[in-house]
Amino acid sequence: MKSRILAVAAAALLTAACGTNEGNQAQRAAGSQQITGAGSTFVYPVLSAWAADYQKHSGTSVNYQSIGSGGGISQVEAGTVDFGATDQPLKSDELAKNGLAQFPVVVGGIVPVVNIAGLASGKLKLTGPVLADIYQGKIKSWNDPVIAKLNPGLNLPNAAIATVHRSDGSGTTFNFTHYLSQVSPAWKSGPGEGKTVAWTGGVGGKGNEGVAAYVKQLPNSIGYVEYAYVMQNGMTCALLQNAAGNFVAPSADSFAAAAATADWAHAPDFNLVMTNAAGANAYPIAASTFILLHKQPKDKAKSNAAIAFFKYALEHGQGQAKKLDYVPLPDALVKQIETYIGANIK
Amino acid sequence: MMPLRRKLADGAALLFALAATAFGLIWLVWILWTTMAEGAAALTPSLFTQMTPPPGGSGGLLNAFYGSAVMVLVALVLGTPVGIAAGTYLAEHGRHSRLAAIVGFINDILLSAPSIVIGLFVYELAVRPAGHFSGFAGAIALAIILLPIVVRTTDEALRLVPNQMREAAFALGVPAWRITSRIIYKAGLSGIVTGVLLGLARIAGETAPLLFTALNNQFWSASLAQPLANVPVVIFQYAMSPYDQWHALAWAGALVLTAFVLGLNLMVRFFARRGNR
Amino acid sequence: MSPPPHLAPSSGAAADRLFRLVTAGAAWLVLIVLGGAAVSMAWGGRLAFETFGWRFIASRDWDPVSGKFGALIPIYGTLATSIIALLIAVPVSIGIALFLTDIAPRWLRAPIGMAIELLAAIPSIIYGMWGLFVFAPFMAAHVEPWLTGKLGGLPVIGPLFTGPPIGIGLLTASVVLGIMIIPFITAVARDVFNAVPSSLKEAAVALGSTRWEILSRVTLPYTRSAIIGAIFLGLGRALGETMAVTFVLGNAHDLSPSLLMPSNSIAAAIANEFTEADTELYRSSLIALAFLLFVVTFLVLCAAKLMLMRVGRTHGRSQ
Repeated sequence: MKSRILAVAAAALLTAACGTNEGNQAQRAAGSQQITGAGSTFVYPVLSAWAADYQKHSGTSVNYQSIGSGGGISQVEAGTVDFGATDQPLKSDELAKNGLAQFPVVVGGIVPVVNIAGLASGKLKLTGPVLADIYQGKIKSWNDPVIAKLNPGLNLPNAAIATVHRSDGSGTTFNFTHYLSQVSPAWKSGPGEGKTVAWTGGVGGKGNEGVAAYVKQLPNSIGYVEYAYVMQNGMTCALLQNAAGNFVAPSADSFAAAAATADWAHAPDFNLVMTNAAGANAYPIAASTFILLHKQPKDKAKSNAAIAFFKYALEHGQGQAKKLDYVPLPDALVKQIETYIGANIK
Repeated sequence: MMPLRRKLADGAALLFALAATAFGLIWLVWILWTTMAEGAAALTPSLFTQMTPPPGGSGGLLNAFYGSAVMVLVALVLGTPVGIAAGTYLAEHGRHSRLAAIVGFINDILLSAPSIVIGLFVYELAVRPAGHFSGFAGAIALAIILLPIVVRTTDEALRLVPNQMREAAFALGVPAWRITSRIIYKAGLSGIVTGVLLGLARIAGETAPLLFTALNNQFWSASLAQPLANVPVVIFQYAMSPYDQWHALAWAGALVLTAFVLGLNLMVRFFARRGNR
Repeated sequence: MSPPPHLAPSSGAAADRLFRLVTAGAAWLVLIVLGGAAVSMAWGGRLAFETFGWRFIASRDWDPVSGKFGALIPIYGTLATSIIALLIAVPVSIGIALFLTDIAPRWLRAPIGMAIELLAAIPSIIYGMWGLFVFAPFMAAHVEPWLTGKLGGLPVIGPLFTGPPIGIGLLTASVVLGIMIIPFITAVARDVFNAVPSSLKEAAVALGSTRWEILSRVTLPYTRSAIIGAIFLGLGRALGETMAVTFVLGNAHDLSPSLLMPSNSIAAAIANEFTEADTELYRSSLIALAFLLFVVTFLVLCAAKLMLMRVGRTHGRSQ
């Protein structure tokens, strides 16, 4: 008797589990779709805000796995997701090899964050070479004379610096190390640039979220994250000296000043990196996130749904982007992107 | 009279044993206390009624609880019959079959094998060919973790059944398979159920096998053919994030999970000991 | 137990055969699962093994971008954490087993025994969370500065205790791992201590032995094989542990002599990196790591089982 009840219950649950699959498919046919994407954790805060808005607006839900630019590239190349997001743009030959189209969708900034007791945000001043030396282990403690010279009024502790870096294949790392290679010859000939590099010691966090989590957790640590993560988690950021010699605070304005120097019109497939930009107010590490879509998608309905989502984000997502201190793309660039999409994605 | 050295050695051993026991118990108390204190703060009814929220939002773990429940149940449905059948083979033929001896040996290895290897195996088997993660793959991975536990406990439970039962049944002319299915199973039922429940407690808390099979899903999904939200992976993702609200949810999920697993363990062992008296 | 008669009534013979076939098939399935796991790991890792050859095991590289992978750092992290975990767990487990079998009053044995077994029931992700949010800060604030201060300057073992006290690292991971494997070793030790024939213990008592002398001269020598088997069992569990280690080991592909520095283990590397492995070679290298882990764990667990079988303990505990 008992076993019969158990059997019926199990059968009911299984039918429910399988049955709702049909329900899901019917729902999809009725126009409330689900598209999947994966990649950059840099863009995740604003992408998830756009996705929430878009679901209210159109009913389509965007299931985005924030796993790092490297993962996004490989998943969209393998066809396991409908779109990929990466902060390191792919070159035209790699795009052609995989039949992918690429376009930027938003600009943000990468900010050094620290966890020093009693230090307020935006007070600590660092330069690119000093940052490179910290990450290479040449500057080992917070009260090192080099740091003290940049921060005369600050009372920095005599504590060892714990560096936090990305453990996954990260476009944020690419932009960060690209910047360090531009400003520090020792870094360029050492770890160099890339979605992952040979870090000297330090803890590895998964995604922007992981780095933020470790910096919040470990005293006297330093890490690098997208600015939205600083705001969302009340973290302490440091000022960076830009190419013009000014210590610039991270904000939508200083990111926009850096983005203004970008020459999108002449970048094939929008392949452009904007670190260490010129300009008095330009923030030194600004970066864009690029969306990857198949030029000849297998599932046209899903591809069109994804394009509709990004059109919505580009044309109506400026408010959400500004709220999180990202820089929405200027109208001229949006038009250039829409022309590109129309020409390339069938 | 005993020389001082021997007395001291004995006293030191006594002290060491007491200290070792205290050492072990302190960790248990510390871990459980932390889980209860942190988890209780976030334990609200919305935990069971709302879905997993985006970063910075509030919500619950409804889809995770549902996904875990479904996968565990499917794993039980898949793994229990196979485990009982294999355990029956070991118990009935263990003495005179080389296959049974080898299977018993290998089963015990499988019992302690790294669960992440099982997860990768199921990835190669069920995720790669399908091209996407799925709750069903997660259920298969959990079933493989469950299997050796059920095999071992069934084997032990059936061996405990006294031979007189079998001999009496033979004497009455009952065919061999009927002896096992009607009589031996009934006699060993409590042992088998104990094993299944302990296995259930074990797979409810397993994370590594689900990392590359079921993955996770922030939306409501009841389909086993797609990535399925589940409690351990959600806890992993939320705990390693910087968001305080996600941390709170992770602790709440941890508390529910621990209460379920430990409650099941205690209940099973308590009733098992009562039955044995 | 007598074998089932092959002279069953004819009406049941076919059913008997079917039943035997089904149960034998299920038994074969157990073998197939283990064999399948081994083969699938070997097959998945073959690209990495072909590309790097034997150097894979000795190489310190781990560069997904330029496609250079080596297993040395994950192997080092796995072995270091497991060995230190054993150093902590083995004496403690023997002490607890002694307490439970000899010292504790009878009414206390079951509750405390069950409490120790609960340590094994706690899901490893809970160990991980507790480790990250509670234990690592504790180590960073109270233990690691003391270690760096007192031992960091000493000649030979000094380099083992250098580095910023962040709490995340080899030592913390090893301690958490040690706590996790205590119940497994204790369970076997407790069983075999109880299984020592009382005649031996009584003879020792009659000769005037103290409790310690009975343990060291009668019990431990008698149960030596089983204790070694239990140690191997604990080692096997420690080698494969994923979640607890992933939270507190630090995901750093870095080889440093210091125990206070973050590192990586095979299981933690796979858990952290597999879903983002973007090239065939990257995935294959991770699966190759899994294959190495599987082989080592298999050998260790085989050794454990053989030792445990020798003392007649064909059954450990079904944890």
